[in-house]
Amino acid sequence: MLKQLEMYLQYPFVRYALIVGVLIALSSSLLGVPLVLKRFSFIGDSLSHVAFGAMAVAAVMKLTNEMLLILPITVLSAVLLLRSGQKAKVKGDAALAMISVASLGFGYLIMNIFGPSANLSGDVCTILFGSTSILTLSVKEVWLCAVLSVLTVLAFVLLYNRIFAVTFDEDFAAATGANVKLQQTLFAVITAVIIVLAMNLVGSLLTSALIIFPALSAMRIFKSFRSVTICAAILSVLCALLGIVISILAGTPVGSTIVAVHAAVFGLSWIIGKMQKAG
Amino acid sequence: MALLTVKDLSIGYDGQVILSGLNFAVNAGDYLCIVGENGAGKTTLMRTLLHLQEPLGGEILTGDGLAAGEIGYLPQQTAVQKDFPASVREIVLSGCRGRCGIKPFYGRKEKLLAEENMARMGIGELAGRCYRELSGGQQQRVLLARALCAAKKLLLLDEPVSGLDPKVTAEMYGLIEGLRRDGMAIIMISHDLSAAVRYASHILHIGRQLFYGTTETYKVSETGKYFLKSAEEGGINA
Ligand SMILES: Nc1ncnc2c1ncn2[C@@H]1O[C@H](COP(=O)(O)OP(=O)(O)OP(=O)(O)O)[C@@H](O)[C@H]1O
Ligand SMILES: [Mg+2]
Repeated sequence: MLKQLEMYLQYPFVRYALIVGVLIALSSSLLGVPLVLKRFSFIGDSLSHVAFGAMAVAAVMKLTNEMLLILPITVLSAVLLLRSGQKAKVKGDAALAMISVASLGFGYLIMNIFGPSANLSGDVCTILFGSTSILTLSVKEVWLCAVLSVLTVLAFVLLYNRIFAVTFDEDFAAATGANVKLQQTLFAVITAVIIVLAMNLVGSLLTSALIIFPALSAMRIFKSFRSVTICAAILSVLCALLGIVISILAGTPVGSTIVAVHAAVFGLSWIIGKMQKAG
Repeated sequence: MALLTVKDLSIGYDGQVILSGLNFAVNAGDYLCIVGENGAGKTTLMRTLLHLQEPLGGEILTGDGLAAGEIGYLPQQTAVQKDFPASVREIVLSGCRGRCGIKPFYGRKEKLLAEENMARMGIGELAGRCYRELSGGQQQRVLLARALCAAKKLLLLDEPVSGLDPKVTAEMYGLIEGLRRDGMAIIMISHDLSAAVRYASHILHIGRQLFYGTTETYKVSETGKYFLKSAEEGGINA
């Protein structure tokens, strides 16, 4: 097994996949903690569907650099969604579901009608579940992912105290001088960027798993914001590494394997949490 | 100029005015108590003063170089989710955020201030505990310590003593007295009328009758006499 892994590691595309996987896992888990706590996890889901729609359009237009279209569209949607989600809770919910389903349907439709390739279901499957895309990354894409994830982690660390204050008690933060609106917009932009990146790793349907699972698992075990954040980051990186390695060795799809590992870890954390309570 | 001047203010929700014609001012060292029945609009007024909601008319002027980062606030209710992971220390420290300006992290000064205020509220031993596992009164003290960390010139308290035991309540009033003597302005919503007239320098009574003035004039005013009497008689708190 180890020999086999060693052999695979000699291929650059495997190394790229590991690097990008770890970076994306790290940044998405950091964002996940406040998103889950603010009950915004559904926004991650909707955004990934929007990104799918954008990707379909990009594929049909045969853009060489799909990111140039997908990123701005997703960022814009994120800002609009987070803003509207603030104002009307119930209506915002329905609007989210609508946007999310419409993007999915519309994306598939245009791929179906204008799609360039004969292997339509294969293409759609790749976008939805990221079956192989992480193993076909170019050096350029690796750099883009690396730079964006490092920027995200940096922004998170620098804004950590503000993020905690606004997540815990928005009114108090606003009353004592925090620019809540600006911060939320910034947060929405970063979330969108990470979701687009995460699509490369696990595909559009599974991105929200990368955001939600680490935070939820960490929250079973730990009880302070800092320990939950750190635990989520570590869990996320380990799960991504393990998932990628398993998928390479066993030949399973990368995205689903990572998500399966996350689900198993969540189960474990749940049991540990229960045991802590009992003991 | 006063720290806060309110001119002909109207407050309410979604264009529906619940209270209008409010006029008052708060200077450094003032201790303003806002009293009135349940639903009179006290919390709404405080949230409007803090710009958490839009005034429906009139003006709120700030003076004496009062900046948003110098205001402490204790909300009446904090809608924290049941499963929010946050330790007492993290929450109290978050009150120092406004002091840091653009500095990303808390320094020694802020950490010391947080420890001090936790000790003041008697929650020093709870520092590492999870907020959601505390009793209601303990949670209130945590939020008070956070408000004290944030307050430099002005402290707004929405029913600070509700849920506190008599000993901590007395200490709380003493603490506020001390802060006031150091020049901090206090705006406090309270149903404890006897304490209000004992400690406050000014009273704002809102409801069907509006009253604003010093505590001395309140005691001899019609509104004040009526409410003080009914509070004494039936233990009805205004
Ligand atoms: N979010 C809201 N939307 C619409 N109306 C509201 C809202 N919150 C409060 N109100 C109404 O505004 C009025 C004033 O409420 P407010 O909370 O300011 O009262 P209060 O004086 O603080 O009462 P209490 O002593 O019970 O705290 C009430 O009649 C209430 O029904
Ligand atoms: Mg109130």
